Amino acid sequence: MTDNVKKHETPLLDELLKGPWPSFVKEFKTLQDKKAVANDLLGQLEYSYKTKLGYWKHGGIVGVMGYGGGVIGRYSSLAEMFPAVKHFHTIRVNQPAGWFYTSKALRTLCDIWEKRGSGITNMHGSTGDIVFLGTNTEELEPIFEELTKEGFDLGGSGSNLRTPSCCNGQARCEWACYDTMGLCYDLTQTFQDELHRPQFPYKFKIKMAGCPNDCVASIARSDLSIIGTWRDNIQMDQSAVLKYASDGLDIQKIVVMNCPTKCLDWNGKELKIDNSNCVKCMHCINVMPKALAPGKDRGATVLLGSKAPIIEGAMLSSVLIPFIKLEPPFKELKDVIGRIWEPWAEHGKNRERIGEFIERVGKGNFLEEVGIDPVPEMVKHPRENPYIFYDEYLEDE
Amino acid sequence: MSEITVQAVADAMLALVTEYAGKKKLKPMDLTKAMREKFGDACEKQVCKDALKTLIESGKCVYTYFGGSFVELPHIEGAAR
Repeated sequence: MTDNVKKHETPLLDELLKGPWPSFVKEFKTLQDKKAVANDLLGQLEYSYKTKLGYWKHGGIVGVMGYGGGVIGRYSSLAEMFPAVKHFHTIRVNQPAGWFYTSKALRTLCDIWEKRGSGITNMHGSTGDIVFLGTNTEELEPIFEELTKEGFDLGGSGSNLRTPSCCNGQARCEWACYDTMGLCYDLTQTFQDELHRPQFPYKFKIKMAGCPNDCVASIARSDLSIIGTWRDNIQMDQSAVLKYASDGLDIQKIVVMNCPTKCLDWNGKELKIDNSNCVKCMHCINVMPKALAPGKDRGATVLLGSKAPIIEGAMLSSVLIPFIKLEPPFKELKDVIGRIWEPWAEHGKNRERIGEFIERVGKGNFLEEVGIDPVPEMVKHPRENPYIFYDEYLEDE
Repeated sequence: MSEITVQAVADAMLALVTEYAGKKKLKPMDLTKAMREKFGDACEKQVCKDALKTLIESGKCVYTYFGGSFVELPHIEGAAR
């Protein structure tokens, strides 16, 4: 920033520096002397706080050549007052699977962004992307060129497949029932066209969680949730169970009584599990990780339809495939993904997420279109509608 | 029926986008459906995808986002002025 540019006073924003929490204002102020854009960003935000109005205009056309996503256009409607934020576009960069970086990679990203943008980042956005906040239209192509030279690519935005994301799975967690990072990378590479070229009625998110703990909250935050599970018995070490008990864990109260299907039995000497009634909630495994572990026959449950509230209220994903083995090249899963996209892309309304589409057309019709047979695990709310008649019932009549 | 070329579909798509410019925003699927109507079932989805890619990469059309993604002629948007 040049010396003759005055630092904006920010008495209202300064209030946010006073609490014991991390403050974005503090971070912006570290850049205020170096970057005019940070100074004007603080200035415009302070002005917004004063007037209680927002001054960002949505840009819908900026992007890089050939791509239909990855850049979110923003313009200031107070460009005369705050010229450095006249353009303030966001760039989404596809994060590595599991969010693992070398320090060199992080420095590379920061160097590019400090040179060509505001220097302000959000690590990471809610879809999982690396988010670069604030640059000019003229810098978009050079940034893209520098990122791709370093092996990075833009993420998804608009009516695209959004950047797939996953928990760090087998890289750090012994409960991961499949290679989440391997699948995430594979799907990202396979669906490059869908990621960069909008072809859906609205966004489509895929999140992969290695076990039912679902650390990436895929069941609530992705249209397609791929959650690791197992179909044999929970692995158990009785001597380790006894050790927990002798160390003071009240197994009856903390573990058995909290089992949602009451499939555990503890007599003070032995823990028994009725695996046929286990719903894989992970509670007992979480409480006694040294004694219990997911079974050995591992794979994933595929669920469909969650979203945050926009057109309709928030929705959770529900089961589409109760169990699928996930081994490279993941052909069966990719085939299913292609089939569920087909009717939604063709018949979905503008801004209609796939969960809303299924509700509109009916799950039965959707399944028929996709070619998947209905199974009891798909029932979201038992006995919600008593007026369902099965073919066999009608035949009996 | 002779084989439908990617270029022929791209030209037809461009004509449609030009015709609707300023009147209606067209989504990629709108263009695909219109092409299937125009050229019949022989116009496969992949041909439409390739045609769209040709249009975008040539700079004749751009993707835009206004509450949904659309294909439009390049222009300077109001917010940028």
